Amino acid sequence: MKRIFAIACLMAGAALLTGCPKKATTIQPPTAGSQVGGGSSNTAPAGGASASGSAYGGDTGANGMRGVGGDANGGTRSVIYFDFDKSDIRPEFADIITSNARNLTGHSNLRLKLEGNTDERGTREYNIGLGERRAQAVRRALMLQGVAESQISTVSFGAERPAAEGDDESAWAKNRRVELVYQP
Amino acid sequence: MNRQLAVVTLIGLVMFCPRTWAELVVEVTHGQDDAIPIAIVPFNSPEEAAASFDVAQLVSDDLTRSGRFKTMARQDMIDQPHVGTNIGFDDWRRLNNDYIVVGQVQVQGADRFNIVFELYNVLNRQRLLGYQISANKAGLRLASHQVADMVFQKILGVRGAFATRIAYISVLGHLPDKTYQLIVADADGMNPRVVMDSKEPLMSPAWSPDGQSLAYVSFEGRLPTVYVQTLKTGERRRVSARAGVNQAPAWSPDGKTLALTLSTRDGNLDIYTLDLATQALTRITDDPGIDTEPQWSNDGQSLYFTSDRAGGPQIYRIGIHPGDKPRRLTFQGAYNARPRLSPDESQLAFVTQEDGAYHIATMDLRGRGDVQVLTHGRFDVSPSYAPNGAVILYASRDRGRGVLALVSADGRVQERLVSTEGEVQEPAWSPF
Repeated sequence: MKRIFAIACLMAGAALLTGCPKKATTIQPPTAGSQVGGGSSNTAPAGGASASGSAYGGDTGANGMRGVGGDANGGTRSVIYFDFDKSDIRPEFADIITSNARNLTGHSNLRLKLEGNTDERGTREYNIGLGERRAQAVRRALMLQGVAESQISTVSFGAERPAAEGDDESAWAKNRRVELVYQP
Repeated sequence: MNRQLAVVTLIGLVMFCPRTWAELVVEVTHGQDDAIPIAIVPFNSPEEAAASFDVAQLVSDDLTRSGRFKTMARQDMIDQPHVGTNIGFDDWRRLNNDYIVVGQVQVQGADRFNIVFELYNVLNRQRLLGYQISANKAGLRLASHQVADMVFQKILGVRGAFATRIAYISVLGHLPDKTYQLIVADADGMNPRVVMDSKEPLMSPAWSPDGQSLAYVSFEGRLPTVYVQTLKTGERRRVSARAGVNQAPAWSPDGKTLALTLSTRDGNLDIYTLDLATQALTRITDDPGIDTEPQWSNDGQSLYFTSDRAGGPQIYRIGIHPGDKPRRLTFQGAYNARPRLSPDESQLAFVTQEDGAYHIATMDLRGRGDVQVLTHGRFDVSPSYAPNGAVILYASRDRGRGVLALVSADGRVQERLVSTEGEVQEPAWSPF
């Protein structure tokens, strides 16, 4: 059976654009906006990702549009993406780690949840382990920059909560991620 | 031969949840060349029974779906006898049938029916079965599956599994508004009932050995929790909501203990056993790699599991007693995971990766450990044996959609179960 890759790509793109605003429900404190993003449009994650190139243009575009789109709280969530079967944090995401670490160390009342995710390939329960491993990699990176252990929690959704739908690399690349979610 | 007459009384199944959703439609994609020819003659159904469904059609569908039988089309039947004494054996033999099933549905009362049926060997005219099954209207479907089970067992010597159930996860809608449902359906995919639904993921349904309960993982509240839910009452119990990972529940053969995967504060996944009565927790594995996907051996003394302690995921077996050391079982390929043991423990089904694609494979546990790759999709995962061991149900993808599929344990018969709505994944076949 042949799969219809082209349609899947289009669907993934559409799902991403419609998917991001709804998912970005966590509100960072107003101070976080200026610290992390350095501007009112709150494009911190976009800045981090775009430094690496255009691979996640759809993602950053959606976040940016949303920030500009008039959310008074400037709420967003940072997302760190991973290579297939890897849990190392790529250099282009160092800025996201640093800005969030600064945010957390400066505000000891903040609580951050790290949501680890994988793409859909492989067995579901083993993917839970891989997602947890990614969340732990981000946790360690934050703690290395002085964030207190008590401020960070992790959860792994494995392949169960994809950010993009589709059976191809363009969707998978968006799903191999850790979302940094500030807890209310 | 004397008349064999047994009466099986069926109580109409109490539906634990009346909501129904998309049904699964079966397509046989690759059958067995030497399937046994059999004629299932339409039963003499009264209107009451015919209005609900057709017993002979259901028996015929079950047998066809097993891949082991080739059932005769009704329009090719030159006669429709309902009792053995009216069978013209020479005619049926000329039409190349080895076996014939005849029967009728008799009305016994307001909501009481008798299915009376007989199985004959057409070649030697021998009467192989003669049974009567009593059922109310709601029980006719299950009774018909039992007719198919008896025919299957009499001819093949293997217990039929048509009157069993499957559990699976259905995902409806699209990002970001997905709904996850835990569903229990008849083994043929019909009669789906929603056990649990949630806006957050549900995963890893596992049947208790008595078939009364399901353990599963729910991410309600965006954290993983293992629940045990009783199907008849819908009552559910939170059995593990510890900090970190709570995953991959597996029932011990005596139903008293769950094996599951938990994590330490720094995210190391290991396998534990949880005594359901005392809540006593025992650590089974202790390794910095990911240890998960436990499955019990039939004697309850050891666990098969996935571990990436050697790099990529491979399958291991470990005794549950202190000091027991794991033994690695898989060596071919870089990715072998999620073991499931066949009911007779003669083989292990698991997921293996070849050239970036994920297939269902089996390993012979009695001989030299030969591995046979049974399926050839790109995303075939979550194998689950039928309780008779004849068939493996698994999750696959078809045209970008999650579907369930079946493959016979010898790889010769393949079928797809296509949901009429949404995506389906993580099938688990019930015990008998």
